Amino acid sequence: METEKPIPQETADVELELLLEAIYQEYGYDYRDYIQVSLKRQILNRLEQEGLKSITELQVQILKDKDLFNKLLGDLSINVTELFRDPLFYLALKKEVLPILKTYPQLNIWHAGCATGQEVYSFAIMLKEEGLYEKTQIYATDVNQVALEKAKAGIYSLSSLKEGTANYQQAGGEKTLTDYYTTDHKNAIINRSLKKNILFCDHNLVTDKVFCEMNLIMCRNVFIYFNESLREQVLKIFHESLCRQGYLCLGAQESLLKLKYSNYFERAENKQKIFRKTIHGNI
Amino acid sequence: MAIFKPAHLSEKRSARRYEAIVIGGSAGSYDPIQIILSSLHQHFACPIMVVMHLNRNQDGTIANDLNKQCKIEVKENIERKHPAPGVVYFAPANYHLLIEKDKTLALSTAPPVNFSRPSIDELFETAAEAYGPNLMGILLSGANSDGCRGLKKIKDRGGFSIVQDPADAKINYMPKKSLELTQVDLVLPPKQIGFFLNKAIGVGKLLRKKV
Ligand SMILES: C[S@@+](CC[C@H](N)C(=O)[O-])C[C@H]1O[C@@H](n2cnc3c(N)ncnc32)[C@H](O)[C@@H]1O
Repeated sequence: METEKPIPQETADVELELLLEAIYQEYGYDYRDYIQVSLKRQILNRLEQEGLKSITELQVQILKDKDLFNKLLGDLSINVTELFRDPLFYLALKKEVLPILKTYPQLNIWHAGCATGQEVYSFAIMLKEEGLYEKTQIYATDVNQVALEKAKAGIYSLSSLKEGTANYQQAGGEKTLTDYYTTDHKNAIINRSLKKNILFCDHNLVTDKVFCEMNLIMCRNVFIYFNESLREQVLKIFHESLCRQGYLCLGAQESLLKLKYSNYFERAENKQKIFRKTIHGNI
Repeated sequence: MAIFKPAHLSEKRSARRYEAIVIGGSAGSYDPIQIILSSLHQHFACPIMVVMHLNRNQDGTIANDLNKQCKIEVKENIERKHPAPGVVYFAPANYHLLIEKDKTLALSTAPPVNFSRPSIDELFETAAEAYGPNLMGILLSGANSDGCRGLKKIKDRGGFSIVQDPADAKINYMPKKSLELTQVDLVLPPKQIGFFLNKAIGVGKLLRKKV
């Protein structure tokens, strides 16, 4: 009955595993504990674009061709983001978390997986409006250097700003978003005064270590790509990095469910994924 | 217009155990989805994953509304686990809903596919790989072709395919396109799809309480 013979699935799975192994051995990027299905979708797209027939063929090519590898790396690190993504999350931060952070003399904040930076600038704007920016050091890290460069530059298309403006208002923004950027005819350029306390750097959550004690860590829409053991491993890093009663913010569709380390965190807000390290939380 | 092929209800077919159902719909698909889901028995023995194109601001509201109207549970909160029988999982606005090869649910914010996120093809194709022949795919009203490739893949992997009767669909582009591309097993109006699902899947022995 069936006209087209389906590709045996097992072969494809093994091919994917071998490709990830090759990437790790050759380039040191470890994608082996990522959720496979999303990687696979990105890889199949790349195959189509390059006119390659199989994952194995791609594997041979990337070992020879660094440019192709970089393209693939870009595909694998999905860095879709926007200004004030999930406005109600920012509103909750403003109401529930910032009043407490206000009582600290000095703040360290880490955006892990900051992609092209919109999340970092969104929170920086909020810190400014609440009078916290000047005492804050912000670390913004990502594994994807191309995305990091864009984050550092802080130049975004005006069309993308439209969405951001609506989000900003919903998030309880007190001024207008235009106060924070200048424009040329196509782009918005984030003000320097917003950048001065932000340090952008290359950091891989899978292979790099804790680098500083933080009051708040934001890691949104990154856990959705990790399998359980990797999430456990990274949550441990966050736990180590957070100060007593420090905050951890995850994406709208992420949770600490089933993770052992979740015992050391409690929900700080009941709708948004904002957690707080418990007092007895030292292991 | 409805083509009914009794062959697919033969002993061999009905003896197959379906592990999951995927449903996709775009413009004009709210009503058929509502009709199908509200007709299902409380202890429906299969999990259902749904991708419905919607406005980004409709977060959660549709699943909430449907949950009130249905006997089975409808939710939009996706956790990384195996989908449970008798539960309907809606892809949240702005995320692709995917099935990992171990049949757990996964989300991704990868760029839109067919100008859509969530995309029906992303769900259907990954589900087809994970479930193979034990999957049923249902494609409903819509004005684009997202889902057509996916339904074909479900069929190619030996799964069962259903398309909303174009004569009955608010916007028949998607059902028609799909019928051109795939030798679809059943073409039915939504009410009949609900009836068919109850018959083909039945109810589970394990009684879950709707929460
Ligand atoms: C979907 S973006 C999220 C951006 C932003 N946090 C948001 O929610 O809008 C995911 C980001 O995680 C980064 N990422 C993935 N794996 C990583 C790792 N092992 N270490 C650091 N960053 C990683 C990707 O490069 C990508 O930029």
